[in-house]
Amino acid sequence: MSEVKDIEILIIGGGPAGLSAAAAAADLGASVLVLERDGKLGGQLVKQTHKFFGSKKQYAGDRGFQIGDLLIGTCENNSKVEVWSDTTALGIYEDGVVTAERDGKHLKIKPKKIILATGASEKMIAFPNNDMPGIFGAGAVQTLMNVHGIVPGKRVLMIGAGNIGLIVSYQLMQAGVEVAAIIEAAPAIGGYLVHASKIRRAGVPILTSHTIQEAYGKDSVEGAIICQLDDKWQAIPGTEQDLKVDVICLAVGLSPLTELCFQADCQMKYVPELSGHVPLRNDYLETTRPGLYVAGDVSGVEEASSAMVEGRLAGISAAFSLGYGKDLAPKLQAEALAELSELRSGPAGQKTLQGIRKLMDKGEALC
Amino acid sequence: MRIEEHPILDFKRGKEITFFFDGQEIKSFEGETIAAALHAAGVRILGHSQTMHRPRGLFCAIGNCSSCLMVVNGEPNVRICVEKVQPGLRVETQQGKGCLK
Repeated sequence: MSEVKDIEILIIGGGPAGLSAAAAAADLGASVLVLERDGKLGGQLVKQTHKFFGSKKQYAGDRGFQIGDLLIGTCENNSKVEVWSDTTALGIYEDGVVTAERDGKHLKIKPKKIILATGASEKMIAFPNNDMPGIFGAGAVQTLMNVHGIVPGKRVLMIGAGNIGLIVSYQLMQAGVEVAAIIEAAPAIGGYLVHASKIRRAGVPILTSHTIQEAYGKDSVEGAIICQLDDKWQAIPGTEQDLKVDVICLAVGLSPLTELCFQADCQMKYVPELSGHVPLRNDYLETTRPGLYVAGDVSGVEEASSAMVEGRLAGISAAFSLGYGKDLAPKLQAEALAELSELRSGPAGQKTLQGIRKLMDKGEALC
Repeated sequence: MRIEEHPILDFKRGKEITFFFDGQEIKSFEGETIAAALHAAGVRILGHSQTMHRPRGLFCAIGNCSSCLMVVNGEPNVRICVEKVQPGLRVETQQGKGCLK
């Protein structure tokens, strides 16, 4: 029998949402344990070299990796926060025990409250030879380039003109890699115009209503055939172009990493606006399993800015439910909710708001 | 290929260490993942799929997708995108499902 670790609040995931949750809960006096699968905290923030938008409170003007360092510092300097890195959460059991693995050892944790901040994973699209070496998710390209300082190849085809596709294209150029083109199946660029303009000014074409037909190469990518789509999203014959590239980067969206939510028997629902299956939750981010909260991309794919506010909200709410911050917590919750509304007031936020409405609409069948 | 100059980032590389990929000596830096070091050395084919034997490369780089499984110091199915390099490590291309000892 291995020993069981008791803790007030267990946070699974040490990215922007998880770290914000840890700091907020610890500030109110709760004891927190953060589990992080990677060796280093910070999640995907540590790979972001671009400056953030929003207001000062959401670190606008700072670069992603600087925000990551700030959050990591806040948690490391807080004696109420304990961090287990290189630790993978394995399961949440009916009796509330959470199991994890580190260094080949099976660990047991008994938390009073749980906050899931597991993030999201890259989506894939179907085309011939999409399994070839040289085809990367956008996050992998960022990891290679911005964490390890290694370029993925010489010439890249970027698929997807959302914010991730645009930002990673720009980062590739900063690292000295040629971007042959960015293609986007939709008739319009999905990401912010400020990112798109920078790329176009550098001479890289952004081809909307275009898709990839196939990748080719002997053992790894040597090129790609792209083509134009009509208004019914069908390939237009005769518009094929052959691009000689050694890297194809997929930036076609993310899916919430909800395995633990399913396993913990949270009520789930498929909401396209939130990018996949997400758990039902109340305004304070508590799911249908009492004492289990979600924050960040696992509750619906959005941005790091809103993930940090959601993390703070979940952290405050979990601590408040344990009796901490009796006077202060309701005020902090109201502040966080107001910040979330403000962040979601733009055009991109409308999709999230619509998704949350759909998610919480009791009229539809649950899965 | 390694980035030597970057407009925003400053890469602090650890001390140089050597490991082996299918018997070939690979130079790398402490703190790097095996996948990063192999890419820096120009190695992109990390293995082959079990049934169709199609080449496999790095895809997610965060330990999610299982595209990069290799044999490390005799242990099969190691996710080399999250496993760090160590001096003298023996990294080998995996055949099939690998064999647990």
